[in-house]
Amino acid sequence: MSKRFSADSPLAVNDLSLLIPPGNICVLVGPSGCGKTTSLRMVNRLIEPSSGQILIDERDVMSVEPVALRRRIGYVIQQIGLFPHQTIADNIATVPRLLGWPEERIGGRVNELLALIGLDPARVRNRYPAELSGGERQRVGVARALAAEPPVMLMDEPFGAVDPIARERLQDEFLRLHREQRTTVIFVTHDIDEAIKMGDRVAMLQQGGILAQYATPAELLTRPSSEFVARFVGADRGLKRLALSSLADVALDPAPAEPDGSLPRLGRETSLRDALSVLLGTDAQAGVVVDASGGALGVVTVGAIAGVLREAMGERE
Amino acid sequence: MSAGEPLIRWDWILLHLGDVAQRVAQHLMLTGIAVGVGFVLSLALGVWSARRPRLYSSVTWAAGVLYTIPSLALFALLVPFTGLSLLTAEIGLVSYTLLILIRNIVAGIRAVPPEVRDAALGMGYTPRQILWRVELPLALGVIVAGVRVAMITTIGLVTVTALIGQGGLGFFIIDGIQRFFSTPLIVGASLSILLAIVVDGLLVRLERLATPWAR
Repeated sequence: MSKRFSADSPLAVNDLSLLIPPGNICVLVGPSGCGKTTSLRMVNRLIEPSSGQILIDERDVMSVEPVALRRRIGYVIQQIGLFPHQTIADNIATVPRLLGWPEERIGGRVNELLALIGLDPARVRNRYPAELSGGERQRVGVARALAAEPPVMLMDEPFGAVDPIARERLQDEFLRLHREQRTTVIFVTHDIDEAIKMGDRVAMLQQGGILAQYATPAELLTRPSSEFVARFVGADRGLKRLALSSLADVALDPAPAEPDGSLPRLGRETSLRDALSVLLGTDAQAGVVVDASGGALGVVTVGAIAGVLREAMGERE
Repeated sequence: MSAGEPLIRWDWILLHLGDVAQRVAQHLMLTGIAVGVGFVLSLALGVWSARRPRLYSSVTWAAGVLYTIPSLALFALLVPFTGLSLLTAEIGLVSYTLLILIRNIVAGIRAVPPEVRDAALGMGYTPRQILWRVELPLALGVIVAGVRVAMITTIGLVTVTALIGQGGLGFFIIDGIQRFFSTPLIVGASLSILLAIVVDGLLVRLERLATPWAR
């Protein structure tokens, strides 16, 4: 699909074509002016495409009446846009009410969602948005978008306005939520780290709405398709790639019979990036990998981690 | 006023309690019709022009012109057409509410945060639902502020319509002036002031009840 805002302006989105597998999180990432928000807003027809098609379950969105279409698509924006004059419960109930759900079902759904996002229904149901913290409001925004169990959800920099610590919590929470709900998500961000963390697939766009690369995060890091992609993911893309794997992915040396007390002990779910950071600080440049109960599984070395990275990067050929 | 006459003759008041009550009721009716009709007109014009800047400047220009006409002149100009009637009084009174009400309604609608409208639209509200369920409720504080000013202005202005045979409490003021008799003048004026204060207080409480989120 393409979008041109007026006859004499350049294309905002240039012949973008993406196939998003159901249940995946697809991240649109790129610098400002790359058309990522425009692309997102064309999916629920807040912006009409100039040419091309957007199909949801093989149905062209242009053939669906916009109001009906939007009620079936979750929508979360950076500024949240909660209704200040409605309670948290009423905010979350917005789309189910528009769809005419019976009130008992709505009440149950609201409580279920509040519990899901870690807010106590008894405490917040009848509060107004102004009485909640920024992070809590952002969670409510996500709950509101999920309320009517939409098959597709659009998220435009949903965690952009909160501090880094709260953002990380919200990201982790959303990933957990997504594992349970399995909604197809289109997620816009300008932050490459967020894109790599959140995306099953990442579409990197460049100025003029041109798709630079559409790949899994690991592929993007190990095999950037162009100079632009390589620059955007950053010179530390090797380290970023390591963050995607854990010690469980490394071939370990056998554990010594006599446990060496001087070696650091690392859980096997530790990311390779964090493990490397620890190991580089030790004399032996090695550590003992342990399972959840603390039993030694083997020894990991800096060399072994480097091997994993070499192998990943070597997939280039 | 003749020498030796007291400023207020309480016996006159006691004798005319029925009259006073009737004029208070008339005063409230004249005010209520004026602000009510003015509000409906302003709401229509305000909603229509809020997102159309050029239309809005024409509308406020017209309402502004009406607002500048001295009330005495306006009533005098209308009498040949509509007589010494309630209609004449209300045409004038309604005209004077428009500018204040339209401005506040539009300011209230425009003050709704764009992200709230965007979220409402994105979730599948129709434009009409956005107006009634989002924009107007959020604009309520600013709108009520306008209604309060319109009410106070109108309650004062109603007294002038006594000159064309309407007037509510204005009747006593004219009566007092014509007979050099201070008691009805003071009764008319002070009750008009009291009415304005009471109505304004009621509106403040009503606004608080209607906007629980703003507390």
